Amino acid sequence: MEMEPTSVVRDEDGTAVVLAGDYLNKITGERVERECRRCIDSGCKQLVVDFSDTEIVNSIGVSILLGVIDTASSAGAKIVFSHLNANTAELFDLLGVTKHVSLAIAE
Amino acid sequence: MADDTHKIIHAFGALADLGQAVADKNDFQETVRTSLHLISGAIGIMRGGVARYSRFSHELTLAAARGLGDDFPLCLNIGADDEKQFLINGLYPLEIDQAKTLPFFQRYGSSFDARNITLFVPLVIRDELLGALFLGEKATGEPYSSYDKDIICSMGRHIGVAIAQRNLMAELERRSAENRRLYDELKLTYKATVRAFATAIDCKDKYTEGHSVRVGKFAEIIAAELGWSEEETEGAAVAGYLHDVGKLTVERKIINAPYRINAKESAELNKHPTVGYQILQAINHPYAAVPDAAKYHHERLDGRGYPDGLYDREIPYIAKIVNLADSFDAMTTDRPYKRRRPANEVVDDLTRNSGKQFAPEIVSAFFRGMLNELNGDTKEKRFRRLLGREYMEAEGLVPMLRIALNEIGRGAPVSVISLS
Repeated sequence: MEMEPTSVVRDEDGTAVVLAGDYLNKITGERVERECRRCIDSGCKQLVVDFSDTEIVNSIGVSILLGVIDTASSAGAKIVFSHLNANTAELFDLLGVTKHVSLAIAE
Repeated sequence: MADDTHKIIHAFGALADLGQAVADKNDFQETVRTSLHLISGAIGIMRGGVARYSRFSHELTLAAARGLGDDFPLCLNIGADDEKQFLINGLYPLEIDQAKTLPFFQRYGSSFDARNITLFVPLVIRDELLGALFLGEKATGEPYSSYDKDIICSMGRHIGVAIAQRNLMAELERRSAENRRLYDELKLTYKATVRAFATAIDCKDKYTEGHSVRVGKFAEIIAAELGWSEEETEGAAVAGYLHDVGKLTVERKIINAPYRINAKESAELNKHPTVGYQILQAINHPYAAVPDAAKYHHERLDGRGYPDGLYDREIPYIAKIVNLADSFDAMTTDRPYKRRRPANEVVDDLTRNSGKQFAPEIVSAFFRGMLNELNGDTKEKRFRRLLGREYMEAEGLVPMLRIALNEIGRGAPVSVISLS
């Protein structure tokens, strides 16, 4: 069952958490992108993308995340990826995605 | 090694997804957008674009873009030298830094630099430039490897094929629209020619001016009442317009004789259906039955017609329609030897001859059309326009038509003239 990645939690110091869902593909990726852009547009300075339920990220998912990173960078916002599983972390490393984000292992 | 395997599996997944996206021909824009995502995600490219090339305007037009910003040009002009060079290069990534001697890269160099576009891939399929990929830096910050370039070529080929398919579809749509337009023009020309012929036929007979045109219109009314398609109804009208074309070869003095013509003259006049058929048969009409209508429009259900004395089912249906339209017009217009007959009398005549000269369902259809207009069930005033308002408002015509329809429907036509 695919999770709806629309839950956004915000704390008081301008940090928002966006849940990535279990499979980050075109449909779910575009939802994540929308949420991230909304948070950035509303002045969020730190965006945490939570991958704790994420098992697979396909190429479109990677491309969308790179787009989010580009947007955040232009807006001066910081991106944090949290709870990446080993496979996804390895993929992001290979493709250079992790060079542009901070990684949080666990809370 | 494990890294390489993971990378290859990821890239193959992207290639498979791209194949599926290209096969889905429903939305070209979405296909191109997805393709750009797949290339970017397969290799980890920060930004890029896909453009479609027009060999007519010599422009690359962006079909999808990621992170290129608002300042990046939407259309990029390609000169003849650039195009030649891209065709020689084929579908392989060009390092923009190494291709700056080409006018294209000199012209748009600043736009590429501003967004850090480092690779340009001409999408050349079967020696034709179909589009291009603009790719920014890799997320790793490393230069593109030959492996990356091979993957980009494979994926670029898929995108090129998608653009080729789209171009082919657009060309087919354009040709189809052009054919439709030419066909419509041809049809208009055909109709105008038919009308001109009808006028020429009617000019020969000063007493029956407009006869062919009216027969065409009555035949059209009957066909429409019978529920024929628009195309078939048009065919019925044409059959009516041209039914007397054979009269062009009959001597004018016979056609215009102000008396009942003798047997010899009658034999001459009666050749006109066969002559008309011979004239019309040589023409490739869009409506196949037109020559038959000319040949058999004087046949009667009871076999007493001419030229062949055919019986009911032997007579082509279109000829039966034109026969009724022709007879109706003959009865309702002044002739050199006879005044037009009153509407009630004409309805009675047609009713009495239903099943003998005329096909009952055709007479019914004609009466229905007339009744609908008189009852105001239709806004059209076709009969009033063709016969005159006063003529159509003859006292008792409406009840007479109702009775006639009833009688014909019961298969027992009787004289109804006494009721008017």
